Amino acid sequence: MGCENIEFDQGWGEMEKGIEKLKRILAGEKETPFTSREYMTLYTTIYNMCNQKAPHDYSEQLYDKYKETLDEYITSIVLPSLKDKHDEFMLRELVERWLNHKIMVKWLTRFFHYLDRYFIIQKSVPALNEVGTTCFLNLVYEDVHPTIQDIVLSLIDKEREGDQIDRALLKNALEIFVEMGLGQMNRYQDDFEARFLQETTNYYSRKASKWIEEDSCPDYLLKSEECLKKEVDRVSSYLHSSSETKLIKKVQHELLVLYVNQLLEKEDSGIKVLFRDDKVDDLSRTYRVYNKISQGLDLVANVFKQHVTIEGTAFVQQAEEATSNQASNTPGGHEQVLVKNILELHDNYMTYLNSCFQNHNLFQKALKEAFEVFCNKTVNGSPSAEILASFADHILRKGGSEKLSDEVIEETLEKVVKLLQYVIDKDVFAEFYRKKLARRLLFDRGTNDDHERSILSKLKQQFGAPLTSKMEGMVTDVVLAKEHQSSFQEYLRNNPDVHPGLDFTVTVLTTGFWPSYKWFDLSLPSEMVKWVKVFKGFYETKTKHRKLTWIFSLGTSHINGKFEPKPIELIVSTHQAAVLLLFNASERLSYSEIVAQLNLAHDDLIRLLHSLSCAKYKILNKEPSSKSISQSDSFKFNPNFTDKMRRIKVPLPPVDERKKVIEDVDKDRPYAIDAAIVRIMKSREVITHQQLISETIEQLSRMFKPNIKAIKKRIEDLITRDYMERDRDNSHMFRYLA
Amino acid sequence: MMRRSAYASKKTGQPNSTNPISCSPSDIFRTASSKASSKEMERIDNLFYSFANRSSGMIDPEGIETLCSDMEVDHTDVRILMLAWKMKAEKQGYFTLEEWRRGLKALRVDTVSKLRKALTELEKEVRRPSNFVDFYSYSFCYCLTEEKQKSIDIESICQLLDLVLGSQFRAQVDYFIEYLKIQSDYKVINLDQWMGFFRFCNEISFPDLSNYDPDLAWPLVLDNFVEWMQAKQS
Repeated sequence: MGCENIEFDQGWGEMEKGIEKLKRILAGEKETPFTSREYMTLYTTIYNMCNQKAPHDYSEQLYDKYKETLDEYITSIVLPSLKDKHDEFMLRELVERWLNHKIMVKWLTRFFHYLDRYFIIQKSVPALNEVGTTCFLNLVYEDVHPTIQDIVLSLIDKEREGDQIDRALLKNALEIFVEMGLGQMNRYQDDFEARFLQETTNYYSRKASKWIEEDSCPDYLLKSEECLKKEVDRVSSYLHSSSETKLIKKVQHELLVLYVNQLLEKEDSGIKVLFRDDKVDDLSRTYRVYNKISQGLDLVANVFKQHVTIEGTAFVQQAEEATSNQASNTPGGHEQVLVKNILELHDNYMTYLNSCFQNHNLFQKALKEAFEVFCNKTVNGSPSAEILASFADHILRKGGSEKLSDEVIEETLEKVVKLLQYVIDKDVFAEFYRKKLARRLLFDRGTNDDHERSILSKLKQQFGAPLTSKMEGMVTDVVLAKEHQSSFQEYLRNNPDVHPGLDFTVTVLTTGFWPSYKWFDLSLPSEMVKWVKVFKGFYETKTKHRKLTWIFSLGTSHINGKFEPKPIELIVSTHQAAVLLLFNASERLSYSEIVAQLNLAHDDLIRLLHSLSCAKYKILNKEPSSKSISQSDSFKFNPNFTDKMRRIKVPLPPVDERKKVIEDVDKDRPYAIDAAIVRIMKSREVITHQQLISETIEQLSRMFKPNIKAIKKRIEDLITRDYMERDRDNSHMFRYLA
Repeated sequence: MMRRSAYASKKTGQPNSTNPISCSPSDIFRTASSKASSKEMERIDNLFYSFANRSSGMIDPEGIETLCSDMEVDHTDVRILMLAWKMKAEKQGYFTLEEWRRGLKALRVDTVSKLRKALTELEKEVRRPSNFVDFYSYSFCYCLTEEKQKSIDIESICQLLDLVLGSQFRAQVDYFIEYLKIQSDYKVINLDQWMGFFRFCNEISFPDLSNYDPDLAWPLVLDNFVEWMQAKQS
C-alpha cells in the first residue's frame, strides 16, 4: 500500500554499497560473497525506483548511472593497469581485466535487471549486457587493439619459427576481438585477421622462395604438408574457426600454387625423376597435397601430361634417327622397337595412374592427350597407323620372330588395340591392317586362326563393326576355301577325264571383303589355262550367278627346277612361274619376246625379272649381267644354279602400297562424312550448324577426325542434292528434307 | 483492287441485265471503270501480240529484244530482269500471255512508253529491302534453264552477280568475281551459296572482314573466299 517514494540519492546510495562490495571482490580483497538477501535488496531497490510515479520514476537516470559506473571503473582501475605493460604482460593483463569486466557486468546486470525487462524495450536502447561490452570497447579496446594485434602477431611469428608460446593466452586474447564485434565478426576480421593473413602470406612467400632453391621436390612437398598441418592446428588451438579456409588457401597458394611448375619440373628431383626412380610415395604425396587445393590437380596433371609427352616424343625421335642413320637393313625394325617402347610406356603410366593418382579422370585425360600427341607422328614417311598395323602383323606372323607364347601374344594384341584408341586415323590403320591380313591369310602358312579372330573381336568391341566387318569376311573366306577345296577334290575324283594332271588349290575371295587388287591380263602358260577351265567347271556346279576374276599375282607355285648340280624345288609367285615356264620352250628369250608372250606391263615385268635374275637367287642368267633390268636385255635358263637347300622360296618384293592405301582411305572419307551427316539430320530433323559439326565429328571419331572444312563441303553438297536445306529464317540452322 | 472486282463483275454479267443488283452511283462508277479495265486488258493483250511469236504464242527472246529496243533499254539491263520478276516469269527469255498480263496490270501500264516510264518506279520497288531478297533469289532461279538444274556455272554467276548486286555492293562483287574466276574448287554455284553471298554482303564488314567467323554456318565457298582475301591483304 502507499509506499513512500525513494529519493534518488538515497536509492543510489544503497546501490553504491553493493557496487563497492563488488569492486572489492574483483580486486581480490577479502570479502564475503553476496548473500541472497543482499542481492534481493539491490534488485528491489532498482525495482522500486523504476516503478515510482513520475517525477520519481528514475529508470533513465539509473540506466545512465549503470553506464557511468562501468566507465568510472574502467577509467580508474582498468586503464591504469594496462598503461605500463608490454608484450605478453600486457596481453595477460588485458585478458584478466576483460574477464573481470565481464564478471562485473554480469553482477551489475543482475542488480539492474529490471531495466532490461521494460526500460530498454520501451526506449529502444541497448540492453545492459551490450552496454557493458560497449563501455569496454570504447574506453579500452579502441585504444589498445593495434598494440594487441602487434603483440599477437609477433607471438604467432615466434611460434612459426619454432618457439613455444602460451596458446591459451592467445586464444583468450583473440576471443576479445571476437566479442568486441557484438555478434558480428567484423572487429576480429578488420582488427586482426586481415593483417594476420597478410603476414602469413609474406611469411610463406619468403620461406617458399628459399626452399624452392634449396630443397628437393619431395622434401619441399614434405615441408609444405607439415606447414599446412601446423596451420590447421593453429586454428583449432587459438584462432577463430572462420579463419581456417582463408588461411589454408593463402598458405597453399604461396607454397604450392605459385611454384608448382618450378617444383615439379626440378631437374634433379622433379616429377621426371620421381617416375624414373619409381618414387611411389612421393608421387602419392604430390597427388594428396594438390588434391586439397581447388584446381590444384589441374596443375599437376598438366606437368604429368608434358612429362609423358616428352618421353613418348623422345622414343619417336629415336626411331626416326635410327632409321635414317642406318641403311634400311631390317625394314621396320626400328618401328617395332618404337611400338614396344610406347606400349611399355603406356603400361608404366597406367600403373602410376592407379597406384599414385587414384585413377583420377584429370590424369586419365592428361595421359590420353599426351599419347595422342606422339601416337600420331609419322616416322620416316610411315604414318603411325601403318606402324601399328605392321607391329600387329609382325606378331601374328607365326608368333613373330621371338616365338612368343600364346598368352603373351594375346596380351600384346590387347595392348595394340588399346594403343589404337590414341591414333586418330583409325581408318588408315584398318586399311593397312586389311592389306597385311590378306598377305598373311594367302601367303603365310600356319597363321593362327584363333589369334586372328581374337584381335578382330577386340577391335570390334572397342571401335565398332564398321572397322572389322570386312576383315571378318576375309577370315571366313579362307576357312570356307578349305571346305571348297575338299569338295573340289571330290569333283576331280568323280571326273577323272577333266583332271589337269597337276595339283592345284583355288581360294575364292569375296570381292567386297578383300582389298582391291590390280588385275593383270596375263597370258597364262598352257598348263594353267587347263586349270582355270577345270575349276570354272566345278564352280559352276555350285553356283551360276557369280563371276570369277583370277588374280594370279596372289598365287603361289611350286616348280621343280632341273638344275645340273641337283634338282631344287622353287616356291615362287604364279607370275614368276609364268616367266620361268617360258624357258621350257625356248632356251633364250629377249625382254621384248617375254613381254609379247606374257602381256604384262613394263613395271611389273621388270620387278619379276629382277627377282629371278638380279637378286639373291639367280635362276636366270641375264645378258648383260648388270644389276638392273633394261628393255634390251636377254635371258637364259641358268643350269648351274644351286643352293644348299633342296627347296627355296624366291621372294618377290611387294609393291609399296603406302601411297595407295592413304589415297583409298582419303577417297572414302567424304562418303563416311555424308552418311554421318544424313544419319544425324534424319534423327534430329532440325539442327544448328555448330551442333551438326560437333555431332558429326563425334560420330566419326571411332574412324578418323574430319576437319571442319571437309564437313562443310559435304553439307554444301548435300544441300545441292536436296538432302537438307538451310532454314529460311535462321541462317545457322539446317533442316532435313525427307 | 477496285479494278479487279470490276473485272470480276464483268464476267458475271452486265449491271443492266436481269441481274438483280440495285443500281447506285458506285455501281455506275464501277461500271465505268470495268469498261475501262476491259479496254485496258484489250490494249495489254494487243501489245502482247505485237511482240509475240505467231507460232508459239509467246514472246520469245527476239520479241523481248524488240520490246527493249522500243523502250530504248538494253536487253541486258537489270530492269528487264526486274520486269520478269514482276511478271513472275518462269522461263528465261520468254513471256507468256498470263505473265505479260500479270506484270503490266500490276504496273498499270498498257503502252510501251508507259511501260518504259514504269521501269523507274519498278526499280525503286524492287530495291526496297523487303522485296530485294525475293528478287535476288528469283534472279538465280530464273537462270536455271534445264530441267532439274540446281546450280549455275561460274561464268554465268559472275555476270548475274554483277547485274543484280553490282550497283549495291560493288567492291564485294568485284572481289568475289575475281576469286570465283581463279579458284578451281567450284565449277558451279548452288542457290544456298548464292543466298549466302547476299547475307555476306549485308552482314560482313568489307573489306576488313573483321566480323567473319568461319566456324559459323557460312557456305564453304565463302570461307575460302575470305581466306583468299586475307592472304591478298597481308
